[in-house]
Amino acid sequence: MKIQVLGSGCPTCKKLFEITRTAVKDLGLTEEVEYITDIQQILDMGLMSSPVLAVDGKPALIGFVPDVEEIKKAIQKIITK
Amino acid sequence: MDIFVPLQWFADWLTYRVFFITPKTLLAGAVNFFIFDTLKIFILLAVIIFVVSIIRSYLPPEKIRNILAHKNKYTGNIAASLLGIITPFCSCSAIPLFLGFVQAGVPLGTTFSFLVASPMINEVALILLLGLFGWKIALIYIISGVVIAAFSGIIIGRLKVESLVEPFVYQSVAQGSVEFPQMTKKERIAYAKIYTLDILKKVWPYVLIGIGVGAWIHGYVPTDFLAKYAGSGKWYGVPLAVLIGIPLYSNAAGVIPLVSALTEKGVSMGTTLAFMMSVTALSLPEFMILKKVMKTKLILIFAGIVGIGIMFTGYLFNVILR
Repeated sequence: MKIQVLGSGCPTCKKLFEITRTAVKDLGLTEEVEYITDIQQILDMGLMSSPVLAVDGKPALIGFVPDVEEIKKAIQKIITK
Repeated sequence: MDIFVPLQWFADWLTYRVFFITPKTLLAGAVNFFIFDTLKIFILLAVIIFVVSIIRSYLPPEKIRNILAHKNKYTGNIAASLLGIITPFCSCSAIPLFLGFVQAGVPLGTTFSFLVASPMINEVALILLLGLFGWKIALIYIISGVVIAAFSGIIIGRLKVESLVEPFVYQSVAQGSVEFPQMTKKERIAYAKIYTLDILKKVWPYVLIGIGVGAWIHGYVPTDFLAKYAGSGKWYGVPLAVLIGIPLYSNAAGVIPLVSALTEKGVSMGTTLAFMMSVTALSLPEFMILKKVMKTKLILIFAGIVGIGIMFTGYLFNVILR
C-alpha cells in the first residue's frame, strides 16, 4: 500500500503530512508516508486542491486538514474497499 | 439590523456598567463601537462561513472545472464569475487552479474570470460588507464584482494571449473524471466545522485590528474630516485607492472594518468600493506567483483590465451614491 500526501509545500500541506504520519502509526501500519510537492502530480490525478491525501493513488481527502481520527477513517475506508 | 439589537444592549451594558465609561464621551463611542462590531462580525463570520463550507463540499474546484470545460464563451465567463464566489482562494492555490483549468480545456478567458472573481468576491468580504455597510452595498459589491470578472475574462479571451502563457502549461492534459471520495452528511458537517475554525483562526487578528483602528477613527476623528481629501468630488480618489490597494492583499479581512470607519468620515462610497476591490482582486503576491505560469506581459494585461474595471466601478458609484 502507498500512502502519499501531495501539496504545494505550504504550511497546511506540511501539517497534513505530520498528522497523517501519526494516523498511520496509530493504525499499526508500517508504511512510510510519502510527501510530494510536485503540483503536476496533483493535476495528473485530476485534482486541483491542495493538500491531498492519497492511498494507492486514490484521493482519500482533498483540500483540507482534518484531525487524526478523520484521517484514520479515510485511510481505512479505502483499505477495506 | 434588528437581529443585532441584543448585541447593542450587551455593548452598552459592558461599556457603561462594567467599564464605567461616561456615556457620550469619545472613549465611550470608540469602546462601544468596538464591542458591538467585533461581536456582530464574528457571529456573522462563523454562521456564513459554515453554510458556505457545506455548499462548497458539494462543489469542489474539480467539479467546477468540469462544469466550465463544457460551457461556451459568454456563459462560461458568467458561470466562472459566479462560481468564484463560493470558492476559497489564497494565492497559494492560484497555480494549481490555473493549471487545472487550462489543462482540462477551460478557455483562457473563462479561467481569468474565475481568477478575478474567486479572491474578489468571497463570503468573508460579503459578510463584512453586509455587517458594516448593509445589504445594499454588499449587493452592489457582488454584482460589480461579477460584472468586472466576466468582462475582464471576455476581453482577455478576445485578445488571444495563449502565446503569453508558459509553454509547459499546455504540455499536460489533465484527466477530466476523478473518483471522488464520497462524503456522508456527517463528514460534510465535520469538514465545514474544520473549515470555519480554520478561516476564523486566520482572519481574527486582522478583523480585530481593523475594527480597533476603525473604532478609534469612529470615536476620535471628526465627521467629514476626510471629505476634503477623498470625497466624491475629488477625481484622483479612485485611482489612488486602487493603487494603495494593490500591495494590501492578505489584510482584506481587516481592511473592510477599517474602510467602514473611513466612509463615515467622508470618503465617498465609490472610492471605498474601488479600494476594497483592489485589495482583494489585485494582489502583488499573487502576481509574483502567477509569473511561474505566464509571461509578465500577460500579468500586466490582466492587472490593467481588472484595474480599469475597478476604477470604472468606483467612479460610477461615486456618481450614483452621492
